[in-house]
Amino acid sequence: MSTTAVPEVAVTAVDEGFWTRTRKAGAVLLALGVLAAVLFGALATGQQARFTLSETEGGAALEINGTIGAILFGVIAAAAGAALLAGVPKRWFTLLLGAGLVAFVLSFLCWQVSAAPEGRNFMPLVNVVRGTFILALPLIFGALAGVLCERSGVVNVAIEGQLLMGAFSGALFGSISGSVWVGLVAAAIGGAFISLLLAVFAIRYLVDQVVMGIVLNLLAVGVTGFLYERLMQTDAAKYNSAPRFSNWEIPLLKDIPLIGPALFRGNIFLYLGLLLVLVIHLALFRTRWGLRTRSVGEHPTAADTLGVKVLRLRYRNVIMAGLVAGVGGASYTLALYSFTKNMIGGKGFIALAALIFGRWSPTGALLAALFFGFADQLATYLGAIGSSIPSQFLAMLPYLATILAVAGLVGKVRAPAADGKPYIKG
Amino acid sequence: MTNPNPVSGSPDKEPATEAQEARGEARATPTAPAGDTERQVPATATKQPAAGEPRPSLGKLFLDNLWAANTVTVTVLAVVLAMLVGAVLIIVSDPEVLATYSYITARPADALNASWTVVSEAYANLFKGAIFDPDAVGFTAVMGPISETLTYTAPLVFTGLSVALAFRGGLFNIGAQGQATIGVILAAVAGFALPLPPGVHLLVALIAGALGGALWGFIPGILKARTGAHEVINTIMLNYVAIYFLSWIIIQGGVQNPDRADAISKPVDSSAQLPRLLGDNLRVHAGILLAVLATWFIAWLLNRSTLGFELRAVGENPDAARTAGISVTKTYVLVMATAGLLAGLGGSNMVLGSTANALTPLVIAQIGFDGILVALLGRVRPWGVLLAALLFGALQAGGNRMQSYSGISLELVTVLQALIVIFIAAPALVKAIFQLRAARAARLQTSLAKGW
Repeated sequence: MSTTAVPEVAVTAVDEGFWTRTRKAGAVLLALGVLAAVLFGALATGQQARFTLSETEGGAALEINGTIGAILFGVIAAAAGAALLAGVPKRWFTLLLGAGLVAFVLSFLCWQVSAAPEGRNFMPLVNVVRGTFILALPLIFGALAGVLCERSGVVNVAIEGQLLMGAFSGALFGSISGSVWVGLVAAAIGGAFISLLLAVFAIRYLVDQVVMGIVLNLLAVGVTGFLYERLMQTDAAKYNSAPRFSNWEIPLLKDIPLIGPALFRGNIFLYLGLLLVLVIHLALFRTRWGLRTRSVGEHPTAADTLGVKVLRLRYRNVIMAGLVAGVGGASYTLALYSFTKNMIGGKGFIALAALIFGRWSPTGALLAALFFGFADQLATYLGAIGSSIPSQFLAMLPYLATILAVAGLVGKVRAPAADGKPYIKG
Repeated sequence: MTNPNPVSGSPDKEPATEAQEARGEARATPTAPAGDTERQVPATATKQPAAGEPRPSLGKLFLDNLWAANTVTVTVLAVVLAMLVGAVLIIVSDPEVLATYSYITARPADALNASWTVVSEAYANLFKGAIFDPDAVGFTAVMGPISETLTYTAPLVFTGLSVALAFRGGLFNIGAQGQATIGVILAAVAGFALPLPPGVHLLVALIAGALGGALWGFIPGILKARTGAHEVINTIMLNYVAIYFLSWIIIQGGVQNPDRADAISKPVDSSAQLPRLLGDNLRVHAGILLAVLATWFIAWLLNRSTLGFELRAVGENPDAARTAGISVTKTYVLVMATAGLLAGLGGSNMVLGSTANALTPLVIAQIGFDGILVALLGRVRPWGVLLAALLFGALQAGGNRMQSYSGISLELVTVLQALIVIFIAAPALVKAIFQLRAARAARLQTSLAKGW
């Protein structure tokens, strides 16, 4: 995505000279580490920062003195940055960068937790992990919908609308039928309805795909909001009281400390989301369908020459994307909340950000979604312990990170070559 | 349009020039198909053709073009289609009307009457709230709907121009919402924090809002120019950054209204308010005049100025523009900053006008996103944007009345707006539905079709 538009100042230029991308990242990380060691170290108190392995204050816990922890992790981050700056083999880049950023976050947490008021200066890791996954769930489904669409060359800005329509039809038909499964199917169809519109207009009528996505989002907001006010608000018992999936505990796995209670006592959507990441990853990179999808997304003419039905494949992928996103929308209304107007509230756009941040790959999207979910969860947690950091700035984090990513600071981000370009045979 | 490969075309994509387009309606070249002469006969409403004239008459041309896929016809039919879909939504969401459909085979008149009643009443209220209420008595009541329409129109003109200008420069500005948000923040803060005399205060507040928007447009512009980062992604992200910034700044000391516990800022001083045009009882304010002025200026900028020429050249084909010696990067930055400036003015309108006088989390409503629709509906041309904004303003004003009188949720207006633009964006669909003839000179394709 980033390089095509303005070739005269292409991002590939950063590989020239001393200031390679690795060194730039190293310098930034070094600065962050020093900042963490000095600033967070000074602000942290000498109290113990407790990271408990449960949902409450009690039980086993990792403990560290706040000041020492903040300085220690800050120094680790700075060291990772310094190593990158000094020049290390390329294969260590991701590892060192990741370790450095994690250390930076830990330093920050040591400060925040130790500075929290007495009685609240602990961090229940089970809650944090579980909350991260719950908040990341719609992002995972949404980003996977984006992967399916964009890998075959159709830009999907309508993720928001697909999630919203899924949530709405899940709630509506789940309530009317009284069955979660009917709701789930209806949610998938609802999402697919929006993506069918996207497919028809983008592929058949060659409408600009970004324009169409934006307009479809507004359409979804309008239609669901309208029907919500007309039906659900007047008769909530009949139209907006969908049954919910109960939590399924997975035997054996649920007893693993930390991960067990956080991950293996969840609802169907959590398992489905993680499973889908795996399935789509394997399908995309190991099957004939995946090879065809990727080739259509990169060079549809070549694929067509080899006998791939480009338009049919695009239709199929876009509609599958809608099914996935629709299920993601249902993860709200069939598990957590009843439907409210515009309840997705921008999650679709964070999913788009996760897709880009994860470089159009299912696993990358999963990691990005978890990172964004963690930022979200952290904002909630810091609010609960009365932190001095305004939650609004933490909420900005995913968006700022995405801007940095596409600006080429975190690495080169490149969309499938034919993404957004309509294909006309001939 | 920036795509060098001509693959983006709909059947209507013939690259007609500006001038052709403007004339397309009235003066299509005199080669109308001969088979259409019968159609001329019922032309009682239009001028009769002068006998013996070699050129087809105005009336014939009018009829020929009436059912052709030109801009006006497609727009009107798109509105009609959208209202039909809206009517279906009204019917299926009304349990009482729906009940009459359960025995439609026995007494079809019941279902049809009930449907007609609920739909016609809703749309009648839409009309009465937007344009004219026949039952109104007195100046305020008669002018009320128009005043409301113009009040809602003004900010949409600015955001629509913002998106349209960027489109012409080959950029898709989804960030009008964020730019308007930053604009409204700065305009409001300048409006209540600075002790200035009337007039100067208003000017300063407007400039502050414009600069805020310009800054928020400059960021994606410079990122696009320097790193190639796609403006669509960055403007989407900056929208959310702006929203969170707004929700943060409202509750800061010195900004939040000290008398209120909820998230609302101090009110803007009356010295920084745009004057009302038709007395204190009607909400229409000078923002609409500024909007017309801005439309004129942008039309001049695009069509008459060097910058406008460069901007259009870059928008049509950046490679060719670069070869011709135009700095593409500089143009991108200028386009985005100017687009942001316009959106910032639109945001300022929301708090300096009569819609609100203090910051709240929802102070600018949807004007940025609606601006995208307005720009597309206006075929990304300045005066077209003004007309499209008028239509959207009217829908908004009428929607309010529809909600309070007929109980039809205001969301229906959002649906109508989105549907109109969907049909506009796919003229081939409208053409197919109504069996329109191909127009001689009409570019209906607003598509950029360039991908990430």
